[in-house]
Amino acid sequence: MTVIAILGVLLALVLFGFYLSWRATRLHRLHHRVDTARAALDAALSRRLTAVLDLLDADGVEEGGELAEAARAVGTAERDRRDLAESTLSRVLRESLESPEFRGSAERWDGLRSQLTEVEAAAKGVHMARTFYNDAVSDTRLARRSRLVRMLRIAGTAPLPDYFEIDDQPPRIPLLPIGPDTP
Amino acid sequence: MRVGLVCPYAWDVPGGVQQHVGDLAEALIAMGHEVSVLAPVGEADGHGLPDHLVPAGRPVPVPYNGSVARLSFGPRTASRVRRWIAEGGFDVLHIHEPSAPSVSLLACWAADGPLVATFHTANPRSRAMAVGSPALRSAMEKINGRIAVSQAARRTLVEHLGGDAVLIPNGVAVRRFAAAEPLPGWPGEGGSLGFLGRVDEPRKGLGVLLEAFALMAPARPSLRLLVAGPGDPTAALSAVPEHLRERVVLMGLLDEDDKVRAYHSVDVFCAPNLGGESFGIVLTEAMASGAAIVASDIPAFSAVLDGGTAGELFTVGDPVDLAERAGALLDAPERRAALSLSARRAVRAYDWETVAADVAHVYETVLMWDGAGRGRPTGVRLDPGPRAGALLRRGAP
Repeated sequence: MTVIAILGVLLALVLFGFYLSWRATRLHRLHHRVDTARAALDAALSRRLTAVLDLLDADGVEEGGELAEAARAVGTAERDRRDLAESTLSRVLRESLESPEFRGSAERWDGLRSQLTEVEAAAKGVHMARTFYNDAVSDTRLARRSRLVRMLRIAGTAPLPDYFEIDDQPPRIPLLPIGPDTP
Repeated sequence: MRVGLVCPYAWDVPGGVQQHVGDLAEALIAMGHEVSVLAPVGEADGHGLPDHLVPAGRPVPVPYNGSVARLSFGPRTASRVRRWIAEGGFDVLHIHEPSAPSVSLLACWAADGPLVATFHTANPRSRAMAVGSPALRSAMEKINGRIAVSQAARRTLVEHLGGDAVLIPNGVAVRRFAAAEPLPGWPGEGGSLGFLGRVDEPRKGLGVLLEAFALMAPARPSLRLLVAGPGDPTAALSAVPEHLRERVVLMGLLDEDDKVRAYHSVDVFCAPNLGGESFGIVLTEAMASGAAIVASDIPAFSAVLDGGTAGELFTVGDPVDLAERAGALLDAPERRAALSLSARRAVRAYDWETVAADVAHVYETVLMWDGAGRGRPTGVRLDPGPRAGALLRRGAP
């Protein structure tokens, strides 16, 4: 009788151990997902900055004004002020590329086509990367709220990840203006 | 890039998700990617299936999300899914409708590595997702990048699972709709209106259009209405006085080629839907065909029509407003030509070439960290399971 009870307890302990291991593996994977998403977000932000600087280079700096200022602010921002600088860049990018003066001159459009395509793609990439990063953060924070994870300290020393909140709405650039004869 | 696409619904039964996966696969292949599609297949003789399709087993009909879906589940399917992942050597796995209890959910469980998922369902009270969400969490939390095909699908996802998704709309194969001969005898001298959709589903709004037609018809003796779509029309037709009914031409369900010709057969295309539309694929098809459009001003349609620049918007459910706007368009050929051109322009955002490029951008984003000096890309592998599992496997051959 006691043998069966002891075996039962042992079996329960082993099963619980496996369950804990499963939970720990899941949490480990979530932390990994946050790390990789953060790296992708940093890469996307620096791709956008490079694209904007290339655009300014090709367009001639004197007309860049506000945009050049916003790009420089991103390049020199302290780590904890970075979200503000990136938001400002998003806003200035929209304002200057969607402004009637910029859209007005067709030659300027034509000469900058490849740089504008890259800026548009890079800005879209920032939006995607930030969405995926915040999504990973939200899943991780939810998993770490669980009582089991908190009591047994399954998360170990990994820091609780923070959301990255910026204005990331990409500019609307109609890159392929079509004539009346193109279907 | 090697991409594995997973479709949860039976490939040989027509449906929105299957169409989406098939079109996406073709667009990705045209961009130079290698693609393999895993889906349940009913008639498993390999006849008429594309080369890149891998059958995942026979589907069984299951009541799911308010209709009957043909899904594949079980140990045999699971082992096929595992083999497909192990042998595929994919850089990224793209799972459609990952919460569907079919090959999609099995693939989520079995895979480890870069995962992208597309959510199609727009159902605020999806019982399957609500009941399943804690159980689904272990599968859903593996997904690196989530895509929703519409704002409604995104809301559904956020309500049930939390987190967020990027919005990439359904594509439309613009080239397939761009040019076609009108059906014989159309559009005719006296003008014509068109409708496409299920005729016995009230929210498609045929009733509103028929009422508007009854208002317009007396003043326009040869105006006709082309109605294409499956279903029993008797209930809707009761809104039209007897003597006008011969001018409502019912075509029934058209095949793909005739559907394209139908869009080119009318002077004004009407989309009188009452709501519940998540996206409006019919509208984008009409735009790709260069139709002059009058559509109800529900949010989904207003968004697709660029707030009214690519087509007229009328007050939803109001036949008088519809009749006025459609009548004004019938009398103004230049205005119709202008709307047709702006529709063709606006629909470019929904062209599969554009949409597939955005999807590929998502793949690059979830793979981007691999290029950031952290060694070689690992690609998609089988999930080794919890670490403690290794203790068991150590003894096994």
